[in-house]
Amino acid sequence: MNLYDLTIEEAHQRLVQGDLSAVTLTRALLDRIEAVDPHIGAYITLDAEGALEQAGEADRRIAAGHTTPLTGIPLGIKDVICTKGLRTTCGSRLLENFIPPYDAAVMERLREAGAVILGKLNMDEFAMGSSTENSAYHITRNPWHPDHIPGGSSGGSAAAVAAGMCLGALGSDTGGSIRQPASHCGVAGLKPTYGRVSRYGLVAFASSLDQIGPMSKSVRDCALIMNVISGHDKRDSTSVPEPVPNYADLGDNGFRGLRVGLPREYHQADGLDPDVRQSMASAIETVRGLGAETVEVSLPHTEFAVAAYYIIAPCEASSNLARYDGVRYGVRSRDHEDMLDMFRRTRTAGFGPEVQRRIILGTYALSAGYYDAYYGKASQIRSLIIEDFRRAYESCDVLLSPVAPTPAFKIGEKTDDPLTMYMSDVFTLSANLAGIPGMAIPCGLSSNGLPIGLQIMGPHFSEDRLMNVAHHFEQHTDFHRQKPDL
Amino acid sequence: MSITREEVRHVAHLARLDLAEDVLDKMAEQLDGILGYMETLNRVDTEGITPTAHAVTLQTPMREDERRPHLKREEALANAPEQDEENFLVPKVIG
Repeated sequence: MNLYDLTIEEAHQRLVQGDLSAVTLTRALLDRIEAVDPHIGAYITLDAEGALEQAGEADRRIAAGHTTPLTGIPLGIKDVICTKGLRTTCGSRLLENFIPPYDAAVMERLREAGAVILGKLNMDEFAMGSSTENSAYHITRNPWHPDHIPGGSSGGSAAAVAAGMCLGALGSDTGGSIRQPASHCGVAGLKPTYGRVSRYGLVAFASSLDQIGPMSKSVRDCALIMNVISGHDKRDSTSVPEPVPNYADLGDNGFRGLRVGLPREYHQADGLDPDVRQSMASAIETVRGLGAETVEVSLPHTEFAVAAYYIIAPCEASSNLARYDGVRYGVRSRDHEDMLDMFRRTRTAGFGPEVQRRIILGTYALSAGYYDAYYGKASQIRSLIIEDFRRAYESCDVLLSPVAPTPAFKIGEKTDDPLTMYMSDVFTLSANLAGIPGMAIPCGLSSNGLPIGLQIMGPHFSEDRLMNVAHHFEQHTDFHRQKPDL
Repeated sequence: MSITREEVRHVAHLARLDLAEDVLDKMAEQLDGILGYMETLNRVDTEGITPTAHAVTLQTPMREDERRPHLKREEALANAPEQDEENFLVPKVIG
């Protein structure tokens, strides 16, 4: 077996047994990146030197007996998370020279665990997009089919995991940006409950929706990462002081006796691809076979989720992105005449079209005379969506649904009409609006060989249960073991 | 409700963005489509519904007003496009 095909759990066992060194493992990943990333484009910044240094340090720790499950494990980090001393671009030209002077909270935790950071992964600019086509650097190709998108905005993270270019990755999810690329690339991805993982050092897109989460080859690997990155952080005032269970305590019968809700607005949606429909039908059969009782539920305000999200998120983004003014960091324009001119030129040259579109949409929706009609209304719809979930959970323990209406579409297919792109997020957005956790795992392949994922959602702070049931599904299926032919 | 070219220009000014004329046209057209779609929200009766800004309710955490670890000056200035080792330098603001 190739070292880059190991799961985090398998690699950890071998490191602890002493028949593999962290340096050898890291070199194998670096070789793999060199071999395949020119065809995929998952990485924006590779830190080979730093990674090997960290691997050496990990080997010393392992020899001294101070190993944690992530010690010596090579990971990739979505480029929206601040890594001290390592360039962080958020997929934007505006930050092409930005070197954070501090580590995000999740990075502090990963470093303390002794993880090896290979580099920064490609993404839609400022996390705005569903295909990674909005990166100002380059596109990322789906490892399963080079003419197709990997999904977005954590497309680099998903592709890197799927192609063996890291053993696990961090992504971020504001409207589906972990779950959808995980689904499109055939890997596992978890959006935790809002407030579960600190946002300190996560470059903000929409502050009431953003969460960092793990992406990996198996549910157990996600759990191992969650054990490290979860927990209260005083520096993030939205961080919740909820105790962190041992997420890796997965059991082996998660679905037995569970009530699994099937939201009709998701399963009977117009435009659901036949292959997705088929994979979902199979998955439901599997889940029943594992001892679950399925029940149809309704989330009646689903049809308003896209509109509500695409008002709320751009509104919050227009405020968050006001900080990019060329004063303290980032690329500053050169030909300006005065301060106002500097702001305008810097931002216009630095932000790509999708970012500008959302800033303008958000600014408009928050402007005098429009605030109530748009942001106010959308925030009320948000309350109704939250109530939909609360009511659904009265008759079920978890919800099961598709992640995306179709498998990964072709590169360039949806770039002409932003609204069409936005509509493809319909199954993932509501979880962010409600703050509930959602997990994506592979459950099939389309007729042209592209991965299809299923989504499990639960009430707040039920990610332990989500991982239990996802693990149970994995134990009885083979989809997570399939790999793209590279 | 449709958004006019002039409204887009005004909003772009508020957001400190400078859109070229052809970009302005394209943007107005796309935003018009998007805002038109947002009209669907008016089909929902939200009379008496409290808006949500935060999905997971929390009390604002407080702390003592004490000095805590912070970035050193040179770290804070390290990414500055223009600095004089003490301050960020910008074009004249007043006058």
